[in-house]
Amino acid sequence: MALILNINGHPHEIATDPHTPLLYVLRNDLRLNAAKFGCGLGQCGACTVVIDGDPVFSCVVPIMLLQGRKIVTVEGLGTVEAPGPVQQAFIEKQAAQCGYCIPGMMMRAYALLLKMPDPSPEHIRAALEPNLCRCGTHMRIVAAVARAGELMRGSAQAIEPKSR
Amino acid sequence: MDASISRRGFLQASGALVVSFTLLSRTFDSVAAERELPGSLKNTPYLDAWLRIDADGTITVFTGKAELGQGIKTALIQIAAEELAVLPPTIQLVTADTGRTPNEGYTAGSHSLQDSGAAIRNAAAQAREILLAEAARRWLLDPAQLTARSGQIVSENGHAAKYAELVSGQTLHVMAQPQSKLKDPHDFVVMGTPMKRVDIPAKVTGGMAYVHDLRLPNMVHARVVRPSSPAAELLSVDTAAVERMPGVLKVVRDGRFLAVIAEGEWQAVQAMRKLSAAARWREQGTLPAARELPKVLQSMKAEDAVVADEQLTAPPAKPVRTFEATYTRPYQCHASIGPSCAVAHLENGSLTVWTHTQGVYPDRAAIAEMLNLPQEKVRCIHMEGSGCYGHNGADDAAADAALLARAFPGRPVRVQWMREQEHAWEPYGPAMVTKVRATLNEKGKIGRWNYELWSNTHATRPGPAGNLLAARHLAMPFEPAPQSVRITPEGSGDRNAVPLYAFPNKHIVWHFLREMPLRVSALRSLGAYMNVFSIESFMDELATAAAVDPVDFRLDHLEDARAREVVTTAAQRFGWSTKAMPTNRGRGFAFARYKNLAAYCAVAVEVQIEPDSGRVRMLRAVAAVDSGEIVNPDGIRNQIEGGILQAMSWTLYEAVTFDDTRITSIDWSTYPILRFPSVPDSIDVHVIPRPGEPFLGTGEAAQGPAAAALANAIANATGKRLRDLPFTRERVRTAVTSAPT
Repeated sequence: MALILNINGHPHEIATDPHTPLLYVLRNDLRLNAAKFGCGLGQCGACTVVIDGDPVFSCVVPIMLLQGRKIVTVEGLGTVEAPGPVQQAFIEKQAAQCGYCIPGMMMRAYALLLKMPDPSPEHIRAALEPNLCRCGTHMRIVAAVARAGELMRGSAQAIEPKSR
Repeated sequence: MDASISRRGFLQASGALVVSFTLLSRTFDSVAAERELPGSLKNTPYLDAWLRIDADGTITVFTGKAELGQGIKTALIQIAAEELAVLPPTIQLVTADTGRTPNEGYTAGSHSLQDSGAAIRNAAAQAREILLAEAARRWLLDPAQLTARSGQIVSENGHAAKYAELVSGQTLHVMAQPQSKLKDPHDFVVMGTPMKRVDIPAKVTGGMAYVHDLRLPNMVHARVVRPSSPAAELLSVDTAAVERMPGVLKVVRDGRFLAVIAEGEWQAVQAMRKLSAAARWREQGTLPAARELPKVLQSMKAEDAVVADEQLTAPPAKPVRTFEATYTRPYQCHASIGPSCAVAHLENGSLTVWTHTQGVYPDRAAIAEMLNLPQEKVRCIHMEGSGCYGHNGADDAAADAALLARAFPGRPVRVQWMREQEHAWEPYGPAMVTKVRATLNEKGKIGRWNYELWSNTHATRPGPAGNLLAARHLAMPFEPAPQSVRITPEGSGDRNAVPLYAFPNKHIVWHFLREMPLRVSALRSLGAYMNVFSIESFMDELATAAAVDPVDFRLDHLEDARAREVVTTAAQRFGWSTKAMPTNRGRGFAFARYKNLAAYCAVAVEVQIEPDSGRVRMLRAVAAVDSGEIVNPDGIRNQIEGGILQAMSWTLYEAVTFDDTRITSIDWSTYPILRFPSVPDSIDVHVIPRPGEPFLGTGEAAQGPAAAALANAIANATGKRLRDLPFTRERVRTAVTSAPT
């Protein structure tokens, strides 16, 4: 029996075993590269995606729980040609070394900024606590999240008049 | 020759001959020196091995080095673009691939710019000169009247030709010359200015960026079941139930190498778990007593080697004070965020392995030996992995994939390690003990400096098949390559064991430990992290004893002008002073020149201690770095920031734990590392420009100084000296509440 998953605004019919963690479905069934396998234990955040506005470890959530929920991955934030504010901020601040942890960081930051558009550095640090970076890119990641907030606030203002 | 002729007599009798030989050999020497090609051109001298200009104008540059997250692709593109006078996006860069690129060994030791950067820079400059000469020949002009600009050669009188029009098949198939007409640093337009990393856009948009993302047609997924402990023998395993699981294609067993191949990745993970539960192991306790690790290391059989013995002055006659201290470091993990991964495909007797190894050529040699294949039948292609910080599980995952591809020919096999496998089976950074004894005269100057270190080798990389984990587990196992002590300019466990300071007497000994109770290899900066931590901690202890400011004390013993500038810059930018700090706050300083021949780096930090919990928080850090000629200043800053934070994590939190049989630090809860709430408020990195100087590797310059600066800041804040890594909350709390020392 197939499940329908709403990912980045599009419905996807998934025929995989419903116990399968979301991460494996994203990476293998849907060929979405951004979410990464880091621990499979919910300890490192490399697999973080946003579900109904909250950051979630996709490595430990079986897809059978996700029908009807809105799932957003880094692929839903923009593209190389048209990067979204969070992506633009991470590029601008050069907030990556190896970059393996970065998609998870971006999704946790995105969830934070949806709820708190103008977080302090302390808020950002506290929000990113579940996510590990090993290269020591933390300073740039914190700066990129603050910058993403600015860009999102800016684009919200810019978009508002158009959407009247 | 008559042996009775005395040496002196012979020289007298044949003086002229000796002179001419001397002249002759001197001539040979100078010719050899002139012939010394820059960087990796030494081993791969043809220009077209490094760059190609196609008829359609595409410029392809080849490097044997690999992107490890350090930004090397971007820096190499900048170098090639600068010397070829083209825009960076014009350059296609091909990285480490035994089928396409030069053999540049490992991407390690902060060598990429001095090896590959120098080769590409000189090859590009010489290619540019060849293009200029060809245009001059065609237009019957003097090359001096021509300019290379934006992918064209142009003349003052209006001629213009694209590079592609000037090259034919063999134009660049020429040997490099020892001397190149390099661009004057004052004319740089690409080098020396920050350039955005070329790999970041794909990484932040879900592009295919890592070997983990490689999905070949018809690919299958595998997982390995590792032994339950390092010495465990596989008694039996009932594979029937696993073989019946949905999607399972094959269970592979060879000795104690056990794995499962399935159609789907999650199917492979589930099958691995079931297979693991079905396996029965006989375990033996082979691990050392963790609580007494320093004692164990010092009591092991050691092969002693003198690293340095400089006796410039006679021992002072006047009474001096002698000080001594011992420092220890546990085994530590590379702990990559992404567990190691590889894809291998055996087809028509040829094996291709996609791997995040640091050395495609040595890895190919090891895999070919393990599979008993000729090297020409194996191709290793580097694809990025999660940051490795040295020799982690990358090569071992490649070996796993190769074995599984052999067991399942015709379809590509992808294998990724699980978190607990990465933590339990990667080769660790070696545990070490160091002991310093030094004398201080009444003027506050160091006289004698005696330093001993106890350590395994820091390099058990492949090349030999026995250095691959899986090869050791086969029914016909390969033995690990034997290790023996070797003293080299760059060092291994003894890296940076010789202080750069001008002490009149230095005696440094490595008690080389051959026995390796836990598997170890290269962790970023090798012995430099521990040796610099020890030396720079002890320098502070001596400064305190001499009642001299620690920065002044270092300058009092430092003659190298570039070293002095790095020290004074970091101190000044930090706002270094001797003013008393508020309670529980401290400042600390440290310096080293990596390997005593790469980048210079000084770090100053400020810390806050919570005495009740033992928590140490680094509030801010300021670093100054001299990396020689700068290619990408932002790349240097990123590396130093990262080096400081990674070293902070090693220093405050990290130790591999084990009982007598098993590794017990197998995930992020049992092996905690730095998390965001403990990140400092700021890190400022000042890069000192050195136009025209050789490139000096940066990637490992900050780790030692950062660790020692932290130790010195804690001592400054608490009055207690911590000498055993890591400085856990428990250790800090215990030290703070102990009697004054």
